[in-house]
Parts: sequence; structure tokens; C-alpha cells
Amino acid sequence: MAGHADAAHSNAGKYIQIAVVLFALTALEVALYEVCYGGLKTMAPGLGASLEPWFVEVLLLLSAFKFWFVAMFYMHLKFDMKLLSWLFLFSLIIAVIVIGALIILFGYNRGLWWPGGKW
Amino acid sequence: MATTVLEPTMTRTAALAKRSVLVDWLTTVDHKKIGIMYGAWAFFFFVIGGVEALIIRAQLARPEATLVSPEFYNQLFTMHGTTMIFLAVMPLSAMFFNFMIPLLIGARDVAFPRLNAMSLWVFVLGGLFLNASFLFGTAPNGGWFGYAPLSGRQYSPGPHMDFWVLGLQILGIASLAAGVNFFTTILNMRARGMTLMRMPMFVWATLITQVLVLLSFPVITVALILLMADRLFGSGFFVTAMGGDPMLWQHLFWVFGHPEVYILILPAFGIISEILPVFSRKPLFGYSAMVFSSAFIAFLGFGVWSHHMFSTGMGPLADSFFSLATMLIAIPTGVKIFNWIGTLWGGSLQFKTPMYFALGFIAMFIMGGLSGVMHSVAPADLQQTDTYFVVAHFHYVLFGGSILALTAGAYYWWPKMFGKMLDEGLGKFHFWTTMIGFNLTFFPMHFAGLLGMPRRVYTYPSGLGFDLYNLMATVGAFFLAFSILVFMWNVIKTWRSSERAPADPWGGATLEWTIPSPPQEWNFDDEPVVTERDAVWGMKRAAGVRMLPEPVAGDGKGIHMPGPSWWPLVVSLGILSFFVGFMFDKPWAFPFGPVTVFGLLLTTFAIFKWAYEAPDAHATNH
Amino acid sequence: MTTTTAALDHHDHDDAHAHHTSLPIDNRKLAIWTFIGSECLFFATLISTYLVYAGQSVKGPFPTDIFSVGLVTAGTAVLLFSSFFVVMALDGAQKGDRKKMLTWLSLTVLCGVFFAGMQVYEFWHFYHLGLGYSTNLFSASFYTLTGFHGAHVALGTLWLATILKDAIKGRVPPKKALNLEIAALYWHFVDVVWIIIFPVVYLMQMRS
Repeated sequence: MAGHADAAHSNAGKYIQIAVVLFALTALEVALYEVCYGGLKTMAPGLGASLEPWFVEVLLLLSAFKFWFVAMFYMHLKFDMKLLSWLFLFSLIIAVIVIGALIILFGYNRGLWWPGGKW
Repeated sequence: MATTVLEPTMTRTAALAKRSVLVDWLTTVDHKKIGIMYGAWAFFFFVIGGVEALIIRAQLARPEATLVSPEFYNQLFTMHGTTMIFLAVMPLSAMFFNFMIPLLIGARDVAFPRLNAMSLWVFVLGGLFLNASFLFGTAPNGGWFGYAPLSGRQYSPGPHMDFWVLGLQILGIASLAAGVNFFTTILNMRARGMTLMRMPMFVWATLITQVLVLLSFPVITVALILLMADRLFGSGFFVTAMGGDPMLWQHLFWVFGHPEVYILILPAFGIISEILPVFSRKPLFGYSAMVFSSAFIAFLGFGVWSHHMFSTGMGPLADSFFSLATMLIAIPTGVKIFNWIGTLWGGSLQFKTPMYFALGFIAMFIMGGLSGVMHSVAPADLQQTDTYFVVAHFHYVLFGGSILALTAGAYYWWPKMFGKMLDEGLGKFHFWTTMIGFNLTFFPMHFAGLLGMPRRVYTYPSGLGFDLYNLMATVGAFFLAFSILVFMWNVIKTWRSSERAPADPWGGATLEWTIPSPPQEWNFDDEPVVTERDAVWGMKRAAGVRMLPEPVAGDGKGIHMPGPSWWPLVVSLGILSFFVGFMFDKPWAFPFGPVTVFGLLLTTFAIFKWAYEAPDAHATNH
Repeated sequence: MTTTTAALDHHDHDDAHAHHTSLPIDNRKLAIWTFIGSECLFFATLISTYLVYAGQSVKGPFPTDIFSVGLVTAGTAVLLFSSFFVVMALDGAQKGDRKKMLTWLSLTVLCGVFFAGMQVYEFWHFYHLGLGYSTNLFSASFYTLTGFHGAHVALGTLWLATILKDAIKGRVPPKKALNLEIAALYWHFVDVVWIIIFPVVYLMQMRS
């Protein structure tokens, strides 16, 4: 608790700013979906077509930002003991390894990976 | 509740003294009593698993035997594996976590004493639930790794695998709760001056084991939930007709399963690293290398799971990666063995029973480790998969490794736990019978396996060259059982003896030897201060003595310890009821039957009572 | 559930006898972070399952037949705002501003109830569109993933509501703000899991 007492003064203002950012990022995510696949596709077909190849990547990037803001500020990792950040980061690394490895292993088995299919 | 708070502590203490022994043990939150109960229950399950093994060996003693039915045989090998891993080796390690960790770090209890009691009761109830399946003649029969689709509804229609799926979920809760508890305890409850790099090696091993538990048990939990959904709610996660893929079960199981084998062996490494220095009169060789090799083993443990699946046709890319990663693990493991030998080198060796078992551990574990490296070579593994060679390998690491180390730990810490020394003569007899029985049982399995004898077969025809090896293994198994009887005899003999053990019978280096045997409820009269690694050797050196004076038992005045509580036991019963409900409520007809709902309500109710229980400090003595 | 009890265990008693901790952090806070680390793997496995099975169902309804982004976007916004509300409540609790704490905490609990309600409605709606739990691989992996997240939301709401009840009775003074801080950490974690689930499950549906 004492660790982030010094940050206590500007808290409310900062929290509001972050809430606005989070809301904006979510709006961007939904807008991206609408432009690529949803109702806005017909209104801006060129934009949708040019964004579509990057849809997944951009979406993951946007949600990574949201994740980072919540973890760093709302969960106080930026102001708290370094150990807690390492704890969370290490778990996330193992989690990402597991998700990534399973997607690669199953994708490979279905011939979705590796140019020229299985070898 | 307010009246309880205002009640004079005197009355409360008097009330505590009046409780019956049974109530005392059911409601205790003392880590030492919980540790002893872990040990007793785990040994009980160990004996059950051992009897299952003996029946298996009797059936396999000669070709084409019909001692038991094939159906019962399937139940025996499934329950033998499940019992030994989840109900014997893990909780035997937990016995030492519970009893020793607070003592080794100089604390009066764990971080969350009531949560600790809950872990114990959830484990006990889960173990009893699993074994209750025998009473209905429907014990799990799909192998300890429950491969789908064999474990699915279609191929395993009875309640057999329901017991397994639900039982392991119950046990997982116990492990996860203990994981959070001991991780917090070790990081946050150390004595003043005990930096991370001054912690005894067993504490490091425990800390790293908890990391493995915390990160691998959620994976098996999800896998079990998926399998349960397939079995009870008609989903098709592992049903190919619905597009499901049984390979996902294998992957998820081994993402958990490989860290799990390190959960079984790392505590053993820790125990050995405590015993060798004390009986060599010499600090542990390469302390920091030991710490980092343990951490490295744990980290790599998450990247090698598919070496259990070389025969599933993952393709050369995956095979190569998992082969190489597995071979890499030989490096930190080799570092450990080198350092243990380095610890012995030039030491003044004291050949007491714990030392015997520790040295036996090193030899047997090296053999198990070497056959392990053989498995990492994918092409060779294709020949060895599902043969008795694999059975030989994992018994060398699990019995020759974990069980020998746990036995070493039992002889080493017995005087601290019970205040009496186990008999040396019987101990050495126990050691030699174990070594002979163990090697006679499992060494021939290497040959049977290389000749092609598949594991889990009910019987085998004569003339394939398996006969002699199987007969040897069976004789060895009964010899091994005899060695366990020797141990039990030793325990009974010690129990009846009136000779008291001193506080520090071995000339130890760690804090538990500075307090009376067995310790008082509050462990340390004054919270210890640590100034170096091998703290107690430092204290002896500073005082210029070989042995510290025998500690005088304090009166515990002014020390506040957490009071007993019923709620951990009630929460455990609620959890049990929640899961048992899925067996009998036919939830596929109505998703949540009355037993499940009752369990959920009881758990929630008990957690609220627990949370609002009166501030739980009571003075130990006035 | 176990950590809920852990969080409330211990340390409630007299400060004079509270022993020192090795690190400058309360046991309960360290424990909840440890638990959160463990939960990462729980949700990672559920998300892996969903992704590995994406596009593998042998019969419909498929995600594109079922999902409508409107309602779930509202739920997502509500959950995001609740994270903001609970940090404001914690700020109030730590500064001893009781009114601030009660106001924001009530809003947080309301958000939790709304989100859980949204999910119940969504499941009911999907069920009536022909998507039962065991209809196909998509349905089973979708309901399992979002259902377990929903169970976490429900548990978190219950936890926060309990603290709200305590706070109304004046039992959450600044020196006990940790009680709220721990619940809030859990709540934020449930929120970040949804930050992953929302785009991966709902928005990427077309790609699978």
C-alpha cells in the first residue's frame, strides 16, 4: 500500500484519462470489425479491403494496449513491487507459449503451416 | 460472534484444552499436525497402491495367468498409477512442505493456516472418493493419463472414468490452494536476514515446485473439465465424429503431465541437498548452481511435453524441437548430480540411515535419468514407447528417485517430527532390502521392454523371452513389500520406545535443529535471525561449539497462534459434495442436480463463515 | 474460490502481534497475485481450445450465424467501466472518503450484475437460435470459455457486494482498504481476460 502512496494524488485524473483511452480503443476495435466485415463495409469498401489482411494483427495489438493499460495502472503494477510484475509476466509468457505452441502444432498437422504443407 | 472476541483468552485456552483428540485433529490449523496427517494419509494410500502393484505382479508372474479378470486388471494398473502419483508421492512431499518449511525458514506457521487445513481435507476426501470406486466395482480403468477417446463416454460407458475425472479435479483444488499458500509463505514469512540466496535448498525446491503446480494444474483442470463435458454433457471435444481431436487431450494432459513429473522429483532433489551436506560435514557444493539448475529444469519442463507423444506422428519439426529441448534438461540435471558428488568429495562422511538412502537415491536416479535421455531420441523412443522399458524408466526415477529421497527425509526428520529416533539397525536393514527388492523388480523390466513386452497387458504368451524377467520382477516386488514391512516395524518399535531424541541429533545446519524435538506449537520462542547460509553451523562456529546447548522449552507466553476452525473441513465437504453430485445427479438430464447445488451452497456458506470467523489469535499459554 | 477465503484469512488480528513479512507486501496481496498468475494458465488453456477448434465444427450454427456485435459491445464497455469504477472506489477507501467509496463500489457491483445478466440473456438467446451446449464443437468451446469467464464475473460480483455490505456498516476503514484492493485486483484480472476474449471470440469470428 505504501508503495504507491506517492501516486495517490493524481490518481483520479489519471484513472479517468485511462478510462477514456480504453473506451476509445474498444471503439476502434469495433469500428475495425465493422469496416472489414460489418455494416460499414458497404460504405467504405476500399478501406475495408485494405485493412482486412491485417485485421487479426491490428486487433491483437489494440487489445494488447488495453491489457497493458489495465495491468499497469488499474492493477498498479507500475507503482507496485517489481516482483508482482515479474510474477504476472512469467505466467503470461508460459500462457502465451502454451497457446502459441498448440496453435502451431495443430495448424501444422492440418497442413496450414510451413510452405508446401507437411514435410 | 462479538462475545467470542470479548471472551477472556483464559477461558478460550481452557476450552481448547478440553476438546477431544479427534476434534483437535479435525479442526487444527497447526502446520505440524497437518503435515503429520498428510504423511499418515499418504502412507495409507501408498500401501493401497502397493497392494495393487502386488496383485499386478502376481498376475504377471507367469504367462497366461488368470489370477484376476482382464477388466479388474485394467482398474488395478490405472489406480496404481493414479494413486502413487496423486495420493502417495505428491502428498508425501506435502508432508515435508507442511512440517518442515515453516521450521526451515524460521516462521511460526504458514501464511494461511486455515487454507492449509483445507488443502489437507480436500486431498483426503478426494483420495477417499477415488478409492471408493472399488466398493462399487467400478474403479477407473482407462490408464493414469486417461487418453481420449478411450476415456470418453463411447468407449468407457460406466462410471469408472467419472470417478477419475471428478477425483482428479478435487485433488487439483488441494494442490492449487497449497501452491498459493507455500509460494506466499516462502517469499514472505522468512526469518529476518534469510535472503533468498540464504534459504536452505529444500526451501528453494519447494518454492520452484509450487510455481510448477500453479502453472500446470490449471491446464489439467481445463482438460478434465472438457473430458467431463464430453462424458456428462454430450459435447464432442475429443469425439472425432463431431470434429473433435483426441490429440488435444494428449497435448493438454502432457502440458500438465511433464511439469507434474518435476513436481514429483524436485522436492526429492531438495531433501537430498539437505541431507548430503549434514552427513558430509561440509556445505552444499555449488549452492547457486543448484538454485539456478532447479529453476532451469522447471522452466524447460514447460517446453518438452510432446516427448511423451513421439509416436502420434506430430511430424519431424515438432519431434526435433521436443527432442532437443528434452536433451537440454540433461544439463541442469547433470549439474545437480555433479554438485552432490562434489559435496561428498573430501567430506567426513557419516554413514547413518538417511545418508544410505540419499546415496542410494543418487545411484538409482542416475540410472533412471540415463534411460530418460534414451527416450528423448525420437526414433529410439518409437521402439520403447508403451513397452516395459518405459515402465522400468519411470520406476527408477519415481521409486529410485522420489520414494528413496522421501524415505531418506523420513529418517532424517523423524526425530524432529516425533521426538524419537528411528532405529539405525532396522533402518539399514530397510535400506538393503529396499535396494535388493527394487532392483530385482525393475531392472529386468528394461530387458522385457526391449524384447517388446508392451505395458498394460493383462498377460503374455510363453516363449517370447518375457517369462524369466517377469518372474524376477514379481519376486522382487514381494521383496520390496517386505522392506516396507520392515519400515513399519521400525516405526512401531520407535513409537513404543521411551528414548527421547535430542534437539539436534545429526549436527544439522538449518533452523529446525535449534528448537526442541518435537517443536512446541509456536515453533520458535524468539523469532530467529539469520546471518548466513547454513545458519546453524554459523551459530555453532560463532559460539565455538560443536553442538548448541539443548534448548529449553519455553512457555509460549505472549505468543499468539491462530485458533482451530471447523470451516476448512466444511468447505472441503462442500467441494466433495459439489463434485460427487455430478456422478449421481445425472446432470445430462438436468444440468445441476440437488447434490451439486447443495455442495455449492455449503461451500459458499462455509467460506462466508470462514471469512467472518472471529479474529483467530489465541495466546498459547498464560 | 479458494483464494477468496485465503484473502480473508489471517492478519485480521491485533497489529502488535502481526509478525513481520520478508517483503514489503501483505501476504494476502501476494497470494492474490499468485492466484492470478495461476489463472492465466486456466484461461490460456480455454482460449487455446477455442482457437484450436475454430472452424472445425462439422455442423452449424457457426459463429457467423449467431453472433451480433451490438449487445456484447455494450457488455464489454460496461466491464471496462467497472474497472474504472473500482479503482475510484479503492481511491476513496484508501483516503477514508466513505461516500466516494460507497458510490463507486455500488456502481461497480451494478456493472457486474449487468454484465452477468447480459451473458445470461445472450446464452438464452443463442440457445433459442439452436445453439445448445453440445450442438457442435463451436458451441461447446464457446460456452465453456465464456461460461467460465461469466462464473468469474459472478464470483467477483459476489465478493465486491460483500465488501460493499461491510463498507455500508462502516467496517472498511482506510487501514482495511486492502480488503477492497485484493478484490479489485481479481476484478481487473477478470476484465483483462475479457479484453482478450472479446476480440478473439467475437470480432475474429469471420476468420475462422
